[in-house]
Amino acid sequence: MHQNALLVNYDYCTGCKSCEIACRNELGLSADQWGIKVTEVGPFQIDNEKWEWDYVAVPTQLCTLCKNRVAEGAKPACALHCLASVIEYGPAEDLVKRVKDRGLKKSAIYLI
Amino acid sequence: MDQEWRTVLEDGTCVTRSCAWSPPGDHPVGCGVRLFVKDGKLVKVEGDPDHPVTKGRLCPRCLTLPEYLNHPDRILYPMKRNREDRGKDAWERISWDEALDLITDEVVRARETYGAESIVEFTGTGRQAVMYCMMFANGILGTPNVCYSQSGYSCYGPRTVATAYVMGVGYPEIDNACRFPDTYDHPGWQRPNYIILWGKAPLESNPDGFFGHSIIDLMKRGTKIISIDPRINWIGTKAEYHLQLRPGTDAALAMAMLNVIIGEDLYDHDFVENWTYGFDELAERVKDATPEWAEEITWVKADKIREVARIYAKNTPSSIAWGLAIDQNKNGVQAGHAIMALMVITGNFDVPGGISVGMRDNNLEPLQSLNRWEILPDETRNKMIGKQEYPALTNVLGQCQPDLVLDALETGDPYQLHVGFFESSNLLTPTACAQPKRWRDALRKLDFIFALDTFMNPTIMACADVVLPLASYAEGDGVVLTHYGLNVSFVGPINKALSMGECKSEIEVMLDLAKRLNPDEWPWKTPEEVLNAKLGGLTFEKLREMGVYQPQVEYKKHEKGLIRPDGQPGVNTPTGKIELYSTVFESFGEDPLPYYTEPPYSPVSQPELAKEFPLILTTGARTFASFHSEHRQVPSLRRLVPDPIVEINPETADEYGIKEGDWVLIKNMFGEAREKAHLTPLINKNVVHAQHGWWYPEEDPEEPNLFGNWKSNVNSLMPHKQIGHLGFGSNYKSTICSIELAD
Repeated sequence: MHQNALLVNYDYCTGCKSCEIACRNELGLSADQWGIKVTEVGPFQIDNEKWEWDYVAVPTQLCTLCKNRVAEGAKPACALHCLASVIEYGPAEDLVKRVKDRGLKKSAIYLI
Repeated sequence: MDQEWRTVLEDGTCVTRSCAWSPPGDHPVGCGVRLFVKDGKLVKVEGDPDHPVTKGRLCPRCLTLPEYLNHPDRILYPMKRNREDRGKDAWERISWDEALDLITDEVVRARETYGAESIVEFTGTGRQAVMYCMMFANGILGTPNVCYSQSGYSCYGPRTVATAYVMGVGYPEIDNACRFPDTYDHPGWQRPNYIILWGKAPLESNPDGFFGHSIIDLMKRGTKIISIDPRINWIGTKAEYHLQLRPGTDAALAMAMLNVIIGEDLYDHDFVENWTYGFDELAERVKDATPEWAEEITWVKADKIREVARIYAKNTPSSIAWGLAIDQNKNGVQAGHAIMALMVITGNFDVPGGISVGMRDNNLEPLQSLNRWEILPDETRNKMIGKQEYPALTNVLGQCQPDLVLDALETGDPYQLHVGFFESSNLLTPTACAQPKRWRDALRKLDFIFALDTFMNPTIMACADVVLPLASYAEGDGVVLTHYGLNVSFVGPINKALSMGECKSEIEVMLDLAKRLNPDEWPWKTPEEVLNAKLGGLTFEKLREMGVYQPQVEYKKHEKGLIRPDGQPGVNTPTGKIELYSTVFESFGEDPLPYYTEPPYSPVSQPELAKEFPLILTTGARTFASFHSEHRQVPSLRRLVPDPIVEINPETADEYGIKEGDWVLIKNMFGEAREKAHLTPLINKNVVHAQHGWWYPEEDPEEPNLFGNWKSNVNSLMPHKQIGHLGFGSNYKSTICSIELAD
């Protein structure tokens, strides 16, 4: 049996927080709850030219992988609305393959 | 698109497909949305996965639209207030008929007593109002005076007008494949090798309808970024090169890049020879603009300027996106001219993956077609404020030179203005004016002011007498065209999904007032007729069924006679070529070639003042949570950015005893503002950046507090009428200031 999962590639997460709001809309969460939350690493300097500054969207235990939406053939709310298209949904094994095939550097796969 | 534009779900929820514009504001991006309405209420907004450009992606502003529409402070009915109660929360609900009668009486009285030019219409930026403001003013009110009140018209106008004069085309944009139904997979399209983001933050701002995150799509496909910005923003940290220039010195940097590209023979000889005018004069002008010369001015190392100029010139196709920093600069027309030269001499003009330019399309009327300018008598037209002093500005924009409008309000010269109309402009909040208190006092001299907007704001509260409730984009039919029609990647229908209170769309208000004020010159009877006239060969009904319309695309239009109205090859300039030496600038008495001048208030130009105000102040970077002064009352968005932020380098903050989160008083010779400190190493030690657009909808609305309008008003620090020779450009992004801990 396939296990579905969320792939978040944070090479390109721009920190817009559309995922947080789309998720809250979908699950009817209150303002102080998150089904996915954007955290921040940096900014700090590596050398004269380079900086580290990443936004990292992390699903929480409230995440349901949008069971109802997915059953109707739609994408999870965070994946659909992500401005940078860095959140993807699918069978975990496929997602691992996508990471390798596309050479994505900073990626996380969340098995919910 | 396969789907119907409207569907009804099993539980009775009605889902309307639409393309988003405003209000609430954004530029005409036209993101695909699905609006869910249940029991007459907007309950949810989702992205439309079938939209060819946005593909379901949406930013927080559309995702929170229900909070905006259903907000208890929304203006839902017409209101009036006695003139002596300006500044007081003494509004009284009235009927539409009464409101329209009041407006009609005042407009007719002003026309008959003082002439129609005594009426002035103020419009803000970005909203649908931008497309209809001249139709409204010229065709209904009968006045030639439309005023975008920002000093030096420092937004979009300078770039578009300079483009018209130098390049003879619509706005030059990154070729991001968004004109093709199959976008990035389109045969013949190529990704840009490099994109130079020059004083621009497209992710947050979706500038002028360009879908900002298409930059990310391109980066994933291998495009590299060169970022030119005094702040290193997020995308700057991902860029291959970042040039952290001193604010306001863009012209010097661009000239030095030209010096390298021409001096090292890295330019496209064929293009230069066939399609440009005045190359030798340009080469002569930039001969001494060496990278070493520019390093002194811009703080960017000469070696880095050389390296970036070479990389850019050797990697055609590449693209340049120039931002608001070019407009908000007294020297901006020259910076823009030099940047346009960089775009074209490298062979990037209208090639796949280079700079895209606008093109005539049989299904679309040009933007100006509905402006109704032609129905004004010559005598009235010539009275447009600024027409004599700054024809380079007024002739193309068809609008006033804004600094002279403030002068006219204050002095009655060239004549006294009597009636004002705020059409989607909250100009007193730091958005669209300099010296806001002067504007407030001057506006209050007007006999009568009416406003059309969605929420009460400081400008309406301070000055207006009648306010009309404006529909959001979910409440009225419309169309959205990227770049307002100047360079269209697609046209989308804005489909009405519901009605709220007695709100009306801009077009509906125009129809109501036209009936009363100018019925003989107003041929349209319904919103659909207005939209059909706008669309030309396409009807609104057809557009709505199509979902979006993407005009045909041809590259190298200058070779095919697709740019000039006479069908000849070339571009629409007096010489038919791209004017590196501008005969038009010359005809207006301006230098025909790019040059550098210091910002009027910089440590270099004002060494004495700089002793008291030693830091450089830059302003106006956007966030995802607001559109200028809009959205501050939307809870989910306000939580994202609760306070106005001033960015300070940690070393500088330490020197002034300022810590993260402290309130900081930012001050200079013109005024002051209070903002909250955010310490970041990404800003130069000598520069601070302050956010604009702040007011506090939750605070006391009445004067003197006026929703806290004066607390964080960065435009209080900006000078009046420090503008370039052509009437453009005020240095909102480069002045001087001091900082200290606020009380």
